Formats: sequence, structure tokens, C-alpha cells
Amino acid sequence: MIRSVLVMNTQGKPRLTKFYEFWPVEKQQEAIRNVFSVLCSRAEHVSNFVDAESIFGPDSRLVYKHFATLYFVFVFDSSENELAMLDLIQVFVETLDKCFRNVCELDIVFNYSKMHAILDEIIFGGQVLETSSTEIMKAVEEITKLEAQSNAINLVSKSVSNWRSR
Amino acid sequence: MSSSRFSHKSVGYHAAALSFHDATPVLLLTTNQLRKDLSSPNPFEASLALQTLSHIATVDLARDLTPEIFSLLSSGRVFVRKKAIAVVLRVFDKYPDAVRVCFKRLVENLENSDPQIVSAVVGVFCELASRDPRSYLPLAPEFYRVLVDCKNNWVLIKVLKIFAKLAPLEPRLAKRIVEPICEIMRVTGAKSVMFECVRTVLTSLGDHDSGVKLAVSKVKELLLDEDPNLRYLGLQALSVAAEKHLWAVLENKEPVIKSLSDEDSNIRVESLRLVMAMVSESNVTEISGVLVNYALKSDPLFCNEILSSVLATCSRNVYEIVVDFDWYVSLLGEMTRIPNCQQGEEIERQLIDIGMRVKDARLQLVRVARDLLIDPALLGNVSLHRILCAAAWVAGEYIEFAGNLFELMDALLQPRTNLLPASIRAVYIHSAFKVLIFCLDCYLMQNEDGNLVVGQSDLFIGKRGSVAPELATCQSSTLEQHEDLTFNPRNTTEYPEDHTVFENNADTAVTQGPAITYESMVGLLDRIELILGPLTANQDVEVLDRACNILAFVRLVKAELIDNATQEVNMADKKDTQVSAIITLMRDAFVTDLGPISVSAQGRVAVPDGLDLKENLDDLSAICGDIELPSSSAFGIGGPQFGTSSDTTSIGLLKSEESGLVNEATSLLEHRKRHGLYYLPSEKNEIVQHDYPPANDPRSNSNSDEAAELAKLTEKSLILKKKPNQTKPRPVVVKLDDGDVVPLPISIKKPESRDDSLSGAIKDILLGSTTKPSSSQSNPSDKSSSKRKEKKKLVAADIPSQMKENLGDIEAPSLENPGSSSKDHDHVKERRHRGKEKIVEGEGHDQKARKKKSSHRHGKHKTRQKGNSPLNVVSQTPEIPDFLL
Repeated sequence: MIRSVLVMNTQGKPRLTKFYEFWPVEKQQEAIRNVFSVLCSRAEHVSNFVDAESIFGPDSRLVYKHFATLYFVFVFDSSENELAMLDLIQVFVETLDKCFRNVCELDIVFNYSKMHAILDEIIFGGQVLETSSTEIMKAVEEITKLEAQSNAINLVSKSVSNWRSR
Repeated sequence: MSSSRFSHKSVGYHAAALSFHDATPVLLLTTNQLRKDLSSPNPFEASLALQTLSHIATVDLARDLTPEIFSLLSSGRVFVRKKAIAVVLRVFDKYPDAVRVCFKRLVENLENSDPQIVSAVVGVFCELASRDPRSYLPLAPEFYRVLVDCKNNWVLIKVLKIFAKLAPLEPRLAKRIVEPICEIMRVTGAKSVMFECVRTVLTSLGDHDSGVKLAVSKVKELLLDEDPNLRYLGLQALSVAAEKHLWAVLENKEPVIKSLSDEDSNIRVESLRLVMAMVSESNVTEISGVLVNYALKSDPLFCNEILSSVLATCSRNVYEIVVDFDWYVSLLGEMTRIPNCQQGEEIERQLIDIGMRVKDARLQLVRVARDLLIDPALLGNVSLHRILCAAAWVAGEYIEFAGNLFELMDALLQPRTNLLPASIRAVYIHSAFKVLIFCLDCYLMQNEDGNLVVGQSDLFIGKRGSVAPELATCQSSTLEQHEDLTFNPRNTTEYPEDHTVFENNADTAVTQGPAITYESMVGLLDRIELILGPLTANQDVEVLDRACNILAFVRLVKAELIDNATQEVNMADKKDTQVSAIITLMRDAFVTDLGPISVSAQGRVAVPDGLDLKENLDDLSAICGDIELPSSSAFGIGGPQFGTSSDTTSIGLLKSEESGLVNEATSLLEHRKRHGLYYLPSEKNEIVQHDYPPANDPRSNSNSDEAAELAKLTEKSLILKKKPNQTKPRPVVVKLDDGDVVPLPISIKKPESRDDSLSGAIKDILLGSTTKPSSSQSNPSDKSSSKRKEKKKLVAADIPSQMKENLGDIEAPSLENPGSSSKDHDHVKERRHRGKEKIVEGEGHDQKARKKKSSHRHGKHKTRQKGNSPLNVVSQTPEIPDFLL
């Protein structure tokens, strides 16, 4: 299963972290720091794998992809395929791209819950449930619509709710 | 979470998923809310609840919400259903008894037409099977169907993973799946699926040659690919294959070696591992040479990676693969000169280890040690100090092989040695002492020769080496009579061997040395006095002690020597002088061979009288708490076998350190400090742990026992080592039967009890024995027979009953262990019984019990349950034997 999904920028600031097994916050932070220190020392155009056993314990693998200012990191165990995980990062990023039209780091900062909604559609409790970005989009749009509906009668001004649902 | 607005609810659930854990106290309060939302008509609300549950489910939550999850497992909406399937994994994990309720539905979903559902189910089974593959063997036919029919890559990968776990357990299954997997490997366009096939074949189907050949050819493609990811995975697959199919690695030698210089460190490390796997007796020389060259060129990190793996491979199993020790020792010397070398401790250990174990390597060892010692540049490199320490020890210990004694002495006493830490400096000084003794001895011997043959010529000096051992034996025997010395039996028995070595090497080793004349001797003594003089004020006790010893000795000898020379005394008289006696005695002491010591050696040492080992020394630790113990790696002086008790007081004084006299009042620690000889650093994988030398009682039988044992073992290892096609005889490597092998840590994790109960429950389900939860009073054999009967009846509608019975019979042996599983089952059942009493009451009759049970528990779903589930389970269970045969 997938153990953790991390998105961090090239400065080492985590933008999204999700651990599918319980990890105390301090350990999470330490792991993120360790991962970043490994990632930033790696050159471009080398393989996307990193030896993660020292950080995440035995039977763990790590793949990452570097897009613009962000690192997308998936940590998983032997019951996942490495190349499939790389594809999954691609799917995730593609979906984000569709969702935010040309995704950039700021989108991720300001649409935190939407990021999570997308990720939750793809990975559920450490297992990959959906790999088609159109399906994911469909579900996420439904959810957004629902949230917008429930927000329509609230006190938040129109402009803000519009901005939120963008 | 309880807000009616979806946006609020989603935020609440989200926060709960991210922040709650098993110990969160408010978790208990969520149960009802979760239950409500799980059964909500809005799929997104149910999905939210499931999502959160997958993060926070505890034993209580899992137990209480099992019915809701059960009903969602057959939800009409794929969106919710797949999530319910996925959450089952966590629920099973926390609450194994949920298996009884949900498992059938889970299996049903495997046959669903929707690929998303199948994907989710297969994912769950992949996780379950990775924990306990055996329980899922009965489901193999289902998975097989998925493997053959499925076109979805994700599902294929997961099914392959499941088969990789199942195949090793059931050879018939392996036979059956090889072909389809190979077919997929050939036709698939997805690299991930192809790689998964390769990995499955190499890990689990290694016995099927056709499959392995295809897989290796695919690996070759990967290795030559542009993409570094594929190359990396190709190398990984190869290292999986290396265990059973070394030919696969050898076939791909070129790309592997090329990868050593790849820019990606992952690839480099992986290829290094493969290269080391290829190493064998025949190619170790070439490969190590290539690797050391690579190490020279690469960055410090990888350089040390290479060096440590070369060292580890070559020393594996007491230098199993090294035939030419001269080469290996030179290689160690070369490694030392690599600028980034950080392997000081390992090289140090091996240098000394080889010195003690391999007699034939000593000549080369001393040469390498001389080269290292003589180079003043090396002294400045802190990471090499340990190696220099070993070199100094080797040079002192095996001084008889040294070429030029004076040169060596200069090297040991060179001014830059003050850069060394004190403990190593002490070793240097002690080695200098040994060299000095040997020089003096040679000098005396040479004079004696001159006495016999009249006129001292260089020719004789050249040959002194070959004469020395014989003389030494004579002398030792005379000494034995005169001074009542007890020599270790090894001492005498090993002389002949030494002698042969000597003769072989006499030309090369000894003749190079310049003649030892009276002037040079006096010069040497002067120099030692000059250099060591200041050290008597040294801060460190070890250095101080040794420097004082050697100085006292030098002064003693010098006085006599000068006296003799001035008085022109007859050579024969000289022999009787105290000095020559001392020198001979010392030489004999040092000439004793040191062998490796087994880990258990100390256990064989008899406890001397009056030493109370059980005395409670706790009080001492309070006093000595802050006193630093001497580092165990420091070399002491003297020898374990040297416990010759001498009567001469002057000698006794001189050698108070070396001789085995131990003040019985001193604690063991003190003893260790004084006699800390060859307490090499104990490393995890050390082949021999040099424990305490057989302590302070040389005359106890342990020593001779050890010697005998060593001799025996040497023979044994010779027999084992002898290879018919070996051109050069491999030198003897002393091995010990105990203590050489460090027991492997047990890495197999014991399955947790929860898993046990989980697998027990699953086995029950798959065997269809869940039908009688209240029958724990009946004995197992009864139960199994009734089980069979029941099955037969249930299936009667579908399949002719005769056939059914046969299949049922065949099935039994193919299962792991019917007895234990039913015991398990009882156990689990009993536990469960207590909890579930109310729900499952009033059942007991085999035939329809299953239907009844589920209907009792979930009245709501009664009809559906009755309709398909029993038939389903029964129709798949008996398929196993059919499939497997």
C-alpha cells in the first residue's frame, strides 16, 4: 500500500502531506526534512527512485517527480509497482492541471481542501482506487458543486465563495 | 462533522482524518455520526465517512460499523462501493471477526463487471495476501480468471503481486500461471506490467526455465534503455535473479559494469551490488582491481561504498574466495593509498586477521606494512591511523620476514609519529622493541657463526636467517633446562614450519638487509635512546610505560655490549653473559606464534583459585564510574602464550607487563587493560572476535587444548578448501569451528496474533466452516465430516454429488493443516462467541446454518443473502483441487 504522499516545494516547505499510517507529527516533520535533504541533492535527469528505508523503515520505497517548483513524492511498500507509482504521480499532476488550468504552487497553497479532495479520490486509505483523471474530475466537480450549494445560503460574500470554488 | 452543510461536514471529516489517531479520546463520540453518514443517501457523504474511517478506524469503530460497511459492499453506486471495499482492509485489520460478515461479499465483488470494483477488490486482496498468503490459496482460481481476462494494467499488477505471494506455496499453481504471465510479458505495452511480470517470474517462478529466460531477456532490454528509471529497475531485477540464476548476471556483465560509472548514485550502488555478486574465486583478482580503480576516480561516498563492499566480499567466510593472499594483502595496501579511504578499521582488522590466520601471507604482509610505515605522508591522515597501527603491529610481530631492519626501525621511530594518538604510538614503540630484540639476536647469532667458521663474512650474515631457527630451538631447549622454563608446546612444534618458510624467503627477504655490525648496533641503541628519551615525560601511561621499558633494556644491553667489545672477550664467553640470555629469552618470547582466538575461548579458561567472579562489583562502578576504560582496540604488548614464569628477577622486572603474572587482587578490568593484547574492535560481522587471551594461567590445559584444536581445524579446513582444478595451492587459513560464525539475527517477524486470528477467520470462511459458530463443543473430526456433508448437500443442486465428494476429499490435504486450522478456528470462535452471543443464538444445524447466521445478523439483507452467497462460496471452494491438478 501507499504509505505517504508528500508535496513540497524546492525550498523544502511541505505543501501537502498525507500519511496513510499513523505517524506522530514530529516524526512526520523529521521524515519530510530527511526526504527533502535527499531530494535536493539529486541532479536532474537521474532516476526517480530514492532509497527510503533509512527514513521510512524497512520495505519502503520512494519515487518522486520534480515539476517546476514542486516535488511530488510517493512512499509505498513492496505491494505497489514502482513504475505504476510514477504513472500515478503523473495522473495526480494531470488532474491538478485540469482542475486549476495550468497548475502552479500558489493554486496548491490556496486550494488546500480541493487538493485533498482530488488526492482522496485517487488514493483511499493507502490504496489506489481511481486512475482515470476524467473520473476524478467528475467526482471532484460534484463535490465542489455540493459544497457551493451548501455555501450558497451562508453569510460568506459571493465573491469569496466564487473565489473558493474556482 | 454533524453539520448539515456539506462543506462544513467535509471540513470536519477532513480534519478528523488528518488529526485523529487510535488514542484520541473523542473518537468514541464519532461512532453514531459515522453510522448515520455511512447510511446516508448522499453518496458523497457516505464517501466522506468512509474516507475518514479508513484513517481512524479502531477496534471499537470497526466492530460497531461492520454492519453498515457490509451493506455498502453491495451498494448500487460504484463510487461508494469501491470505497467500502477499500475500507474493509482497515476494518479486517482492526477487527478480524468482521471477516465472517464481509468476506463473502468481498469475494463476490471480484466477479463484478465494473473494472473499478474489481480493481479495488484485487487491491484489498493484494494487501491481505502479502500478510498471510496461505489463507488465500483457495481463491487462486478467481485470481487466475482475473489474470487471464483482465485488460486493466493496474489490476494486472495487483494480481501479479498476489500470485508472486501464492506461487511459492503451491508448485502446481506456479506451473499453471507461468504461461499466462509470459504471454502478458510478451504482449503488454506497459513497462510497469512488464516489469511486474519479470519480477514475479524471477522471485516466485524461478524454477521455470522458459519463463526465466524470457524475463532475463526483458531485463536486458531494460538495462539498455535510455531511461535511468528502467535501468535502475533492470539492475534491481537482476539482483533478485542473482541468487538463483547467476548466469543472468554474467550474461549482462557489460551493461552492469558500465553502470558503475553512471551519474546516478542509485544505479551505481545497485550495479556495485551486482558486480559483487559475480565475484568468485576465479575472478576476484580482476574484479577487485577494476573496482579499486573505479574507487580512485569516484566521489568519496561511492569510493567508500566500493571499498567496503570489496573488503566485505573478500573477507566473507574467512577469506573464502581469496586464493592469492599476497595479492590480497597488496590490495589492502593499495586501498590505504586511495585518498578518500575511510575504511581504516576494517583494513586494520583484516591485516591483523590475515597475519594470524595465514602463515604464507606474512612475508608480503610485512612488506606492505613496511611500505606503509616508511611513508611519512600517511602519518598526517587521521583516517589511516588505524591501518598504520596494524602495520606497526604486523611489522613487529613478523619481524623475521623483514628485509631491512634498520630501515624499519627508522620508520617506527620517525619524528612524525608524534602525530599519532597515544594508543597507536604505544604500538609503534612496542614494535620497535620487538625489532630491537630481533636485531640484537641476529647480531649475537652472527657473532656465534663467526666464532665457528672464523672470520665474519657477509655471506654468513646473509644466511643467518636460515640458521636462526635451528639455533633458537637449541637455545630454547638449553634454556629450558637451565632456567626451568616451560615453553608452550606450540612453540616447538611450529619451528619446523617457520624454518621452511624461512628458507624459501631467505634469499629475497633477508639478504637485502645490510650486515649488522657492532657499530651499527651501537648506533641503533643510541638512536633509540635519543628518540625515546623525551617520551619518558609523556602524558600517556601506555607510551610512557613502553618507552621506559625499552629504554631500560637499551641501557642494560648497551653497557654489556660496550664492555664486551672493549674487553675483546671471547665469543664463547659472551654467550654466557646475562645480556645474551635476556635477549634470547625475549626473542623466544616474541617468536611465539599468535593464533586467532575463538569467541568461546574464555569460557574454557579455568578460573584461578581465589578469584571470585561472582563477587558483586557494583560498588566499584560507583567509584570508577567516570574513569574512562582503556579503548579495547589498543594493542597491548606481550602474548597470551607467553606466560613463561622466569626466575631471573631482572627479566621478571623487565617483562612484568608481558608475563602472565597477574595480581589476583586486580579486577578483570585491570587485567584486560594490562593484557589488552589484540583486543581488536569487535565489529558486528567480525569473523573472529578476539576475546580475552586465555587469561593468566598458561599452564592450564586450555592452551594446549586450543593448540591441538587449531591444528585439527587447520587440517579440516585444508580438506574442505582443496579444489581439484586449483593451480596454485591456497595457503592455509586458520579457522575456528566455534566463534567464526556469528549467528544471523532472526529476521523473520513473528506474525502478530491479530493476523493469526484474521487468517484463521479467513480460512474458516473459505472452508465454509463458519456455519456452526455455536458448535465449539463438538470435536474437530466430527466437525470436518459434517462440514463435508454440508457442502455436499448444498452443492447438490449444481454439481453431481459424487464428483463433489471426491473433490472435497482431495481438497483436504491441499490445505495447510486441517488440524491446526480447526483448532485456530475453535479458538477464534470461542472468543467471538462471547461477544456475539446475542446475535448468533439459536443456530446449530449444519445445513442451513450459514444462511441462517447471516440472516440473523443482518435481517435487512436476508433475501439477497439467501439468494446468492452460499452458492457462491461453495461453488468456488471445491474448484481448487480441480484447478490445481
